[in-house]
Amino acid sequence: MSLSGIAMAERPLSPHLSIWKWGPAMLVSILHRVTGDGMALVALPVLLWWLGALASGSAAYETFTGIATSWYGYVVLVGISWAFFNHLCSGIRHFVLDIGAGYAVTVNNRWSVVTTVGGVVLTAAFWAVLVLA
Amino acid sequence: METQTPFDRKGTPIGRVRGLGSAHRGPHHWLLQRFTGAGNLLLALYLVFSVLLLPDLSYDSAFRWLSQPAGALPMALLIVSVFWHARLGLQVMIEDYVHGPGRRFAVILVLNLATFAGAAFALLCVARIVATAVGLDMTQGIMQAMQAGRPGGAL
Repeated sequence: MSLSGIAMAERPLSPHLSIWKWGPAMLVSILHRVTGDGMALVALPVLLWWLGALASGSAAYETFTGIATSWYGYVVLVGISWAFFNHLCSGIRHFVLDIGAGYAVTVNNRWSVVTTVGGVVLTAAFWAVLVLA
Repeated sequence: METQTPFDRKGTPIGRVRGLGSAHRGPHHWLLQRFTGAGNLLLALYLVFSVLLLPDLSYDSAFRWLSQPAGALPMALLIVSVFWHARLGLQVMIEDYVHGPGRRFAVILVLNLATFAGAAFALLCVARIVATAVGLDMTQGIMQAMQAGRPGGAL
């Protein structure tokens, strides 16, 4: 074992997932990371494909919309939109926490739930307007 | 009274703490994550409302919207802001889950290349959409001028 290895092992570590009792704040934190990294890995490639198809011409765009409007295309698009609205809500929560507000346990739990539910509600509203309007 | 520990062999206690402690580059990363996050909030909501306000999502509608400044400029800004934000976020994930300095360096190297390549490709697409629309307008102008009996009059 290296010198730094010994030193690091004796320094206090941040607690890991397995020792925490599940709660709203934990859920919203995990979802923030999953949706953020998920969008980086899935939504950005889809954005690039959409822009590339638009730049290439109508034939390439037809190929894109053909796959995007298949059942699995909709699964991915609904997933991306949920990830976006969830990450948007929990991102705003981060801004509020950044100014030092909302750390009391009851307040924190309440807004964690509002954030998580808000992401789902906004996703439903987005698709309702897109499909019905 | 000092006790002998394995790491007394290297430097003074404060030197060791400094060597193992913060690199003092965290706040910059943290702030940039917030700045780009605020940019994403505004620009992505603009994109969402634009998509909802388009008559449909056909090629013609999407192309026309992206080819004019109110579509192209926010999209270009969103591309820069969102790819930057994604790079910072993926870096945090990599630092948490990819172990070993060599492997971590390699993955972050790939991340940087992929981020710049993706953002550059997206910006080039927007530039090409705008350029194509300008070309179409010019062609249309020349055609109209020729029909009016003034070849090249539009130019």
